[in-house]
Amino acid sequence: MVDLQERQAAATVAAASPAIHCVELTKSYGGSLALAGLTMTVPRGEIFGFLGPNGAGKTTGVKLLLGLVAPTSGEGSLLGRPLGDLEVRRRVGYMPELFRYQPWLSAREVLGVHCELARLPRSAWRLEIDRVLRTVDLQERASARVGTYSKGMQQRLGLAVALLGQPEVVFLDEPTSALDPVGRHDVRQILNGLREQGTAVFLNSHLLSEVEMVCDRVAMVDHGRVIASGRLDELLSGGSCRVRVSGLDGRQRASLQGFGTVEDDGQWLTVHGLEAERIPELVERLVSLGGRVYAVEPRHQSLEDRFLELLGHQA
Amino acid sequence: MAALTIAKLTVWEASRRRLLLALLLLTLVIIGLTGWGFTKLGEAGNGQRLPDYQIRLIASQLLIVIVFMFAGVLALSSVFLASPTISSDVESGVLLALLARPVRRLDVVLGKWLGLAVLVVMYAAGAAILELLVLWWATGYLPPRPVELIVYVAGEGIILMTLALALSTRLAGMTGGIIALVGYFMAWIGGIVGGVGQAIHNDGLVTGGLIMKLLLPTDALWRGAVFAMEPATVIAALKATGSAGAGNPFGATEPPATAFLLWTVLWLVAVFGLSYWGFRRRAL
Repeated sequence: MVDLQERQAAATVAAASPAIHCVELTKSYGGSLALAGLTMTVPRGEIFGFLGPNGAGKTTGVKLLLGLVAPTSGEGSLLGRPLGDLEVRRRVGYMPELFRYQPWLSAREVLGVHCELARLPRSAWRLEIDRVLRTVDLQERASARVGTYSKGMQQRLGLAVALLGQPEVVFLDEPTSALDPVGRHDVRQILNGLREQGTAVFLNSHLLSEVEMVCDRVAMVDHGRVIASGRLDELLSGGSCRVRVSGLDGRQRASLQGFGTVEDDGQWLTVHGLEAERIPELVERLVSLGGRVYAVEPRHQSLEDRFLELLGHQA
Repeated sequence: MAALTIAKLTVWEASRRRLLLALLLLTLVIIGLTGWGFTKLGEAGNGQRLPDYQIRLIASQLLIVIVFMFAGVLALSSVFLASPTISSDVESGVLLALLARPVRRLDVVLGKWLGLAVLVVMYAAGAAILELLVLWWATGYLPPRPVELIVYVAGEGIILMTLALALSTRLAGMTGGIIALVGYFMAWIGGIVGGVGQAIHNDGLVTGGLIMKLLLPTDALWRGAVFAMEPATVIAALKATGSAGAGNPFGATEPPATAFLLWTVLWLVAVFGLSYWGFRRRAL
């Protein structure tokens, strides 16, 4: 009885725990640092974007969280269990960046092998395999050998493998790298569906426009270090506004600094760090100074702008 | 159990890649040809038939050479199969998706080993049984210890497969395969050198042969297979020559000692342990 209560209590704690949590997770290979001090929490039911340029340490991060490589230091948990726990992997889906599956098997057979390894009840295999094949739109070629698939189809299969068994957290490493625009759209739909079901998605990507469309929260990593993290709307606060104006002298133009950082190329003024609510106030000020306003172009800061800004490049 | 799933995948792959079919067809061709040869054994040049005891004696010696070829095919096939088995799965990324399931690295190594061992035993037993049946049909002769013959030939294949598997955890398939093959031929030559040492009472050569035998026990198991095939009359004749015939790689007067067989089991366990150790530490 006590044992049952303890197990129920443990299950409650696990359900309440975040999907992913890690503190100062570090991995080095020999003397080379692949990932330094990764600290983050991914709540359940959110899509988390893990962004960074090639070689920044994104894939290492995923492998650490999945327990495929052991951290050099730091610790973390996945669905309330310590990293590397074998049993928790029954509730986790993963599509690696190198989405290679046995070319001599059919998609159905690959999925069957994964059902077996994930220890799904044998009676559920057929329905589950049909479900994920339908989700990734691969039913028609499901009995053909994987070796005959295009890259895009192999990536769809990778996604199907990751979705098998309705996992509570899904790791997708560059899931749309081989997909055409329709395929990418499909993946966004699938990700939104997962969020609605309460599944956490850890999305590794450098396709920033896509991340911006689906992610709730992001972390940006560069040279093995997290350089920014938080909710997407918080990270992208502060847009800019371009104004085509004439009739203002240098002193008057300089007096606009109170609105933000002003970039002046003669005909156009760009005010960076200006919130959208203050644009009418800016226009009012320009007019009161005697300026003639021909055009006003508000610009939202895109994730790419923010990303490049953080990496020290000019947006 | 995940290891059994991996073992099943390993056998499945060999079958899907038509390796089993190719081996089966080639083996049937060889068995057919040798069977034809065996039926012709009794025909002497003057149109008369050789006495049965002579036919059986020649058949027994021919069988040793034929089984040597089968054992060689099995040894080379084991190396070709096992040497890329883990390294290529790591390089292609196939293992990443598998290891993200509740699968330990030990399951992968054990599963691959089990799958390959099943293939080796299937081939050794299948080819030997067919060849012996054809031999019996053509000449009425069967070697004295057919089960031991199969066990020794399969053991030789399993030893080489285990070595190649261990190498595949750290080295590219081509590199591991070449090392295992060189080892196989070195062991064979080491057996001959040790035998020559016995024949000429040269302790240095005997020790060299013994070291080689302990490092890679394939040739010593081959000698066990030879002993299992030799009729009592041949063994008696070889024994009568004393140690002079010890250098003959197709002759044996004694079965492998129990201590040596125990060493072989230990060797297998140790090299399998090395495979696990090698793979456990390998970055994916």
